[in-house]
Amino acid sequence: MSAAGQAGSSRDAYRPYTLVAELTYRCPLRCAYCSNPVALADQGEELDGARWAEVFEQAEALGVVQLHLTGGEPLLRPELEALVEHATRLGLYSNLITSAVPLTRERLAGLAARGLCNVQISIQGTSAQVSERIAGRDWLQEKLAAAAWVHELGLPLTLNAVLHRQNIAQLPELVTLAERLGAERLELANTQYLGWALANRAALLPSSEQIELARAQAFAAKQRLTGKMEVLFVLPDYHAGKPRACMDGWARRYLVVTPDGCVLPCHQARSITGLHFERVGERSLAQIWRDSPALDAYRGEAFMKEPCKSCDRRTLDYGGCRCQAFALTGDAAATDPACPLSPDHAMVRDARERVPAAETLVRLRTPPAPSPRAGSGSGSGSGSGT
Amino acid sequence: MIARDARPRLASKARLRFDRHEGQHMLIYPEKGMALNATAAAVAELCTGERTVDEIVEQLAARHAATPRERVEHDVLAFLEQLALRGLLREGA
Repeated sequence: MSAAGQAGSSRDAYRPYTLVAELTYRCPLRCAYCSNPVALADQGEELDGARWAEVFEQAEALGVVQLHLTGGEPLLRPELEALVEHATRLGLYSNLITSAVPLTRERLAGLAARGLCNVQISIQGTSAQVSERIAGRDWLQEKLAAAAWVHELGLPLTLNAVLHRQNIAQLPELVTLAERLGAERLELANTQYLGWALANRAALLPSSEQIELARAQAFAAKQRLTGKMEVLFVLPDYHAGKPRACMDGWARRYLVVTPDGCVLPCHQARSITGLHFERVGERSLAQIWRDSPALDAYRGEAFMKEPCKSCDRRTLDYGGCRCQAFALTGDAAATDPACPLSPDHAMVRDARERVPAAETLVRLRTPPAPSPRAGSGSGSGSGSGT
Repeated sequence: MIARDARPRLASKARLRFDRHEGQHMLIYPEKGMALNATAAAVAELCTGERTVDEIVEQLAARHAATPRERVEHDVLAFLEQLALRGLLREGA
């Protein structure tokens, strides 16, 4: 029985399978590569629990099966339990993407009882020094304790480490740690240089030698652990030699809803100025998904210019990352400069080949965004560590 | 290769659900999903840790009397192998 295609070969060319629900931008961590907006202070009021519940329902009706409960730190939302319960009722595969810092064993047990499907915990590295340097404070022991609870409670664990020049040498230790914690999946995802990470590129971008070594180590781990632990290794676009099929194409498979309700095709999309992203509640999610001008802007191939327009790979990589094209060239319709065929590729090549020898200071996420709406707790800190 | 007397069950990270949009079952696991045809879905449902691989083949063969048994056996084993490679199978109840 040619059993199964990967879901994604859907008859509906623009069916979203995944809702990324960014429940808050508040976070105890200050990661220097955070995927939340650089302009954290400018965001609107957080959606309340009832509005999120509606978003989940409308997303499920549109075809979503995967739900990422993320942030910032989603545990800072006291409505989280009710939202997990609601997701379970809708048959959504709920994945809690957390720093684990505010987690308690009791709270995790409650989430498990409400049907939470998977827990993803971020770690900044295997040493206190790198954790502190990247996230502003070392929480490694707290994270390891939380990971152990995940395992004890019978929940599947994903361990996520964002790689960069300052922790990439720890890759073998990260693999050992994930095995010891009984993780089902290990994400070794290199930083992509957008937002906060672009501001910190000089301090974070690895050298070609580091990348080659890490790639070989990750490949060996992947082979050895096949069937036991899934190992995902993602190259930085700067070193990949070809553009990444970012989000599987603009507004094609992923729906991101921000803490203040904007409907985006990816976490970073608001960095592209000139696009107006609609908010949930203004129209139904289905209407926004199907005909919002901002979501249509880079869908399919109509927006493409040369060299993308006539390229064989255009249906595979969709021209790469729109946010990266905008951040580096000022034109979101341009070929992603990560592509060697891009007329702007020299920017990426120069950044890659000119990795500074001295350690450059890391610029951490700025402290707290304004306090959220009443009733959603008094979290300190800001943004995302997940 | 999965042993014929193993009793496979789906890993806890894998959830089987019917997808009304495409009218077929899906197996969902972190960040991914597999669309299953009717036979694959039937096999997945039988992977409860109680039946051996041989028993799963027997049950499926009985349901599809028109299909040669070797064909059913081949399909079941190929599908279980796919699941195992993705880390979606465990053994025993």
